[in-house]
Amino acid sequence: MANKDAGNGVVRGRRSSVADLHVDESDILNISDIMGDAGWYAKDRMEAFKVYKDTPMPSLEDEAWRRTDISGVDWEKFSKAIRDDKDIDNMAEVPEYLLNPLVGDRQGGQIVVSGRKVLQSSLADEASSKGVIFTDFVSATQNHGELFSGYVSKLVSIADGKHASMAGAMVDQGIFVYVPAGIQVEMPLHSVLWLNRIANFTRVVIAVEKGGSLTYVHEISSSDEGSEQLHAGTVEVFVGDNAELKFVEMQSLGENCYHFSHEKSQVGRDARLDWVFSAIGSKLTKSFLDLDLVGNGAWGRMSGFYFAAGKQHMDHDTQQNHRAEGQTSDLLFKGALRDGSRSVWQGMINVEPGAQKTDGFQANRNLLLAKEARADSIPGLEIQADDVRCTHAATISKLEEEHLFYLMSRGIHLEEARKVVVDGFFDPIMERIPFEGVRERLKSSVVDKMA
Amino acid sequence: MSAVLEIRNLHVSVEDTDILRGVDLTVKQGEIHALMGPNGSGKSTLAHALMGHPNYEITDGEVVFKGEDMLELGPDERSRKGLFLAFQYPVAIPGVTVANFLRTAINSRRKAEDSEDKGIPIPEFRKLLKDKMSSLDMSHDVAGRYLNDGFSGGEKKRAEILQLATLEPDVAVLDETDSGLDIDALKIVAEGVNKLVGPGLGVLVITHYQRLLSYIVPEHVHVMYEGKIVESGGPDLALKLEELGYEWIRSAHS
Ligand SMILES: Nc1ncnc2c1ncn2[C@@H]1O[C@H](COP(=O)(O)OP(=O)(O)OP(=O)(O)O)[C@@H](O)[C@H]1O
Ligand SMILES: [Mg+2]
Repeated sequence: MANKDAGNGVVRGRRSSVADLHVDESDILNISDIMGDAGWYAKDRMEAFKVYKDTPMPSLEDEAWRRTDISGVDWEKFSKAIRDDKDIDNMAEVPEYLLNPLVGDRQGGQIVVSGRKVLQSSLADEASSKGVIFTDFVSATQNHGELFSGYVSKLVSIADGKHASMAGAMVDQGIFVYVPAGIQVEMPLHSVLWLNRIANFTRVVIAVEKGGSLTYVHEISSSDEGSEQLHAGTVEVFVGDNAELKFVEMQSLGENCYHFSHEKSQVGRDARLDWVFSAIGSKLTKSFLDLDLVGNGAWGRMSGFYFAAGKQHMDHDTQQNHRAEGQTSDLLFKGALRDGSRSVWQGMINVEPGAQKTDGFQANRNLLLAKEARADSIPGLEIQADDVRCTHAATISKLEEEHLFYLMSRGIHLEEARKVVVDGFFDPIMERIPFEGVRERLKSSVVDKMA
Repeated sequence: MSAVLEIRNLHVSVEDTDILRGVDLTVKQGEIHALMGPNGSGKSTLAHALMGHPNYEITDGEVVFKGEDMLELGPDERSRKGLFLAFQYPVAIPGVTVANFLRTAINSRRKAEDSEDKGIPIPEFRKLLKDKMSSLDMSHDVAGRYLNDGFSGGEKKRAEILQLATLEPDVAVLDETDSGLDIDALKIVAEGVNKLVGPGLGVLVITHYQRLLSYIVPEHVHVMYEGKIVESGGPDLALKLEELGYEWIRSAHS
């Protein structure tokens, strides 16, 4: 191992004025060491770090970051946490409610990770006996290296952005789900990444091979208490030809957490991906969420729910890429904003030449619950085929006095009336979520957020 | 004791413009009153002010309902006390079904009476709603539709009466519930209202047309002109207006 202290001293002294993590190769080697990286990932990690170092931290000057200002991030604090390899002091336990099944009453498997520690990891025999893999990141690199290395970094390239390479270089936990060709996983899988470190880096890979099917709920969460947190992560989703995946992502990070993610899915011929996002947490979120429809007849749906309060800032950047014929993509993101919170949604439908008979839908709707709240909504279409049907819509509306008056005139209290209107606003998103448990969780988060 | 709505010398302004300039009117439970008057005379303003719309400022006068000063109460409290307004232009509430909305309204009332109340049992509510919809000849599909969202003019008016029937107020103001209804719908709605009328319900029917009043026959007819009630009489006053229009009112009161 390189001499850590000597290396750091020089680097820190020289670069401390730059808004970036001040870690060097020896720190990365140290993480590699602690994680017990398999050789191949140790190599990937170092490559990611090289890219990381050569990539400038994005700023308001970068088109994709124009509306999300991260100049206030205290990188020095996070650098120190990485160098010292520290958990948050007085770390909170994983809350009980995160462990309940959200889909169906029985789980086919559950993984609970707190920080780097795997608290629980189970998979039903009927799935594991068919070759299904459901495991944490460390075990994936060590025990399923050959398979895992064929997926990780194959969709989200470390060159996709500063935070993609950050996650690649510093990853310290994650999940790997693999469903072999032709296997239907009947019972849903559930994983929870509970972040209790100051700086957290995660990678999630889901691969459902040809003709397989899976329902999977993935939660990422942390405590509202404690000091500022950093999370950078990647999510890669492979849906093979004729395969079907229902994938629900729940983000309930603490109010002190900076959350950066690069997520990409690839959907094969006649395959289906039903992708649900919910975001209620974080101090600041910047997520890149890309749907790549690559096979003829591929279908992909993206449904987003977000609710921001206080000074939360949530920025979702979505892409629906049509790369073959006869495909459908359907995106609906709906968000409510109260207090001085802010949201950004920027979406793009790309239809490549030759992607004929494409249906592409895209809508983002925002409901402002306070004068100080603000939403930016920027839809976009880039169409290079002629036989296509694409629509886009973006709305930002206020809670209307006339609606509240109407409801109150029927005897409904003001608070209840506000809730009725907000519930009504979210109803079209709820209708797209095929799981009662998930809907209930979202509804109760609306109640919490409105309180 | 029967409920009484008393409006005394009511002055209302909207955005600093005086609209109502001293309205006196008393509606008792069991009575039917009609309020007529040319466009813009202030009929809907009266309706909104009675219900407590925040944009309508009461500059003078009082409204007493069941012996209590109404002007101190919010719209929800007025409703729970037994006042109802069928809107001339009901708003659409996207994402909220008729059934869900009505159940919330019923439960708000129950909760106000008993904070421990668990809400109306679903089977009981379903039956109640079905019965009320049938009595108004409404398709039961309406229960699952978003409230007023994409409703035709007539459907909206019918949905208002459905709410009236479900919430069972003591005094109801019907603001042009007949406008936008075809002849058959008018008859159904009027019959629906007639079934509710009786010793338990007082009604103030705001309308431009005698047609409705031949179904719902008022004992008292009032004419509003420039923010005041300038004429009051029996059913024959409505017939006179139908025949002569408002010219004679204008010349007598300008
Ligand atoms: N919210 C408002 N903002 C501004 N002006 C208003 C508002 N509400 C009512 N007015 C004005 O008050 C006056 C009375 O209106 P109102 O709606 O009460 O009349 P109306 O008698 O119900 O008429 P109609 O028979 O056409 O329904 C009109 O001049 C109208 O423009
Ligand atoms: Mg009117």
